Amino acid sequence: MTLALELRHSFPSFELDASFEVPKGVTVLFGRSGSGKTTIANAVAGLFKPDFGRIVLDGQVLMDSTRRVFLPPHKRRLGYIFQEGRLFPHMTVRQNLAYGGRFAPRQEAVENMERLIGLLGIEHLMDRRPALLSGGEKQRVAIGRAILASPRIVIADEPLAALDEQRKGEILPLFEKLRDELAVPILYVTHSPAEVARLATTVVAMEHGKVARVGPPAEVLSDMQVMPLGVRAAGSMIVARVAAHHDDGITELDANGVSLFLPRLDKRPGENIRVRIPAQDVLLMRSRPERISALNVIAGTVVEIRAGEGPGAMVSLKTDAGLLLARVTKRSVAALELAPGVVCHAVVKTVAIAPEDVGH
Amino acid sequence: MFDGLLGPEEWQAVRLSLKVALVATVASLPIGVFVAYALARWRFPGHQLLNGIVHLPLILPPVVTGYLLLITFGTQGAVGSFLKKIGIVFAFNWTGAALAAAIMAFPLMVRAIRLSIEAVDSKLEEAGSTLGASRRQVFATITLPLILPGIVAGAILAFAKAMGEFGATITFVSNIPGRTQTLPSAIYTFLQVPGGEASAMRLVIISVVIALAALFASELVARRIARRVAGS
Repeated sequence: MTLALELRHSFPSFELDASFEVPKGVTVLFGRSGSGKTTIANAVAGLFKPDFGRIVLDGQVLMDSTRRVFLPPHKRRLGYIFQEGRLFPHMTVRQNLAYGGRFAPRQEAVENMERLIGLLGIEHLMDRRPALLSGGEKQRVAIGRAILASPRIVIADEPLAALDEQRKGEILPLFEKLRDELAVPILYVTHSPAEVARLATTVVAMEHGKVARVGPPAEVLSDMQVMPLGVRAAGSMIVARVAAHHDDGITELDANGVSLFLPRLDKRPGENIRVRIPAQDVLLMRSRPERISALNVIAGTVVEIRAGEGPGAMVSLKTDAGLLLARVTKRSVAALELAPGVVCHAVVKTVAIAPEDVGH
Repeated sequence: MFDGLLGPEEWQAVRLSLKVALVATVASLPIGVFVAYALARWRFPGHQLLNGIVHLPLILPPVVTGYLLLITFGTQGAVGSFLKKIGIVFAFNWTGAALAAAIMAFPLMVRAIRLSIEAVDSKLEEAGSTLGASRRQVFATITLPLILPGIVAGAILAFAKAMGEFGATITFVSNIPGRTQTLPSAIYTFLQVPGGEASAMRLVIISVVIALAALFASELVARRIARRVAGS
């Protein structure tokens, strides 16, 4: 199942003009707030009608402005997970979960309700009303409700934005599970680079209503032309395999032959994981450092250096582990005589990599 | 049981008033919900006009409303003469009293229900539609349960108003004992005859009791529904 869309709409403050495809897996719409991400999600759901557009899901035309086709939301068969959950306050959790199923074609119920409830960990909440649920619990129920509607596509609009860090850490793995298990595509809206790194199979980077770049997360995140959230949030993503857990609480990863050391991860050896390395946590050195506390030293070659108006510069480094981004000052670029082709070493502190930056 | 307390004529007025108010409330409730929903959620040409017409009985002198009803729904009236042919007579009939009461109470009912509809987060209705519910299904399963306290409040308010309607009723259907003499008309009549004060006072007490009971019941029901909606 694939979603293909093409949208244009004039807002007083900006122009929306986007076209891309959403294949199976998680397609993350990534950009700062106001870049048109939610508008696109709402257009797919039929909650927003753009001036011009064509949206096709799995061969069925959901909207086509030139042919004056506009399918209302209830005929689109999708599952929308809203930022604020939007559970029905007058229904119990059980009734909320069953709501979508009431209108879905019975024979097409794709998910086993009991199994999903177990996966979401909400067995004990079934008879409660939403008013008595915590934010994280509400979001678990909202996810279940969307999946149980037997959707042909799942849309999630910043589903973690209203949660604290700990709850985010609990809900993110659920989305990883859905990505790996669901047969339908997921369109996921966020402005969090960590969520992109952990969840995305495809990233659609948005800037001022336009698609700035589409591609796999490792490429888009380390593309210096595209930094929808600015340099502060920039970071690269590398894929690595868990090599070993050491007794001193360190987990060793193998990224294409390069050893990386992270704080203990709850992953089995041999498992493939994704690690986001924030650009501002990367130090550059011309010679291989010795007697240094940071455990990760990765040799690489400078590919590109971009400096803006401010004192900072972004350096991209080609390493065996993949492309790395380092945010340094222009002064350091000059002092180290950094230029494309120069060999240097990237240094990353083990503890700089937060658990939310690691996914599978 | 009330036979000892009230004279037959007084008892008749109480019974008639209860019937008139009940029929007026029940019959106008679906229209009230529809109009309130239209005013709260739809933008259409004539929105202001509809709002004005609904509120008209609240600001017009009741006698004027009664007279307008008479020339419209009276047996000689434009609508009344037609309805008479199919066997429906409002003029000088208890049904006319119910019609007058319903129209006079309508603005209060619509206001209460409209407020409760405006308080419903339309994002919940959107969520319902993305889950496959049509507009009608969304209304029945989400909007309606959430506005139930407002509907109950509106209905009780309308019932109390209908119980006490006097001006439009007496103008439209007169004051015929056993047919159109409602509680307020009966109180008025007793006050016009010497020695009627005692009867009038008994009916006044009944009025107060019914009004308070209605208010109390509405509070109770609204609170219970609100608790169910809020969840506990």
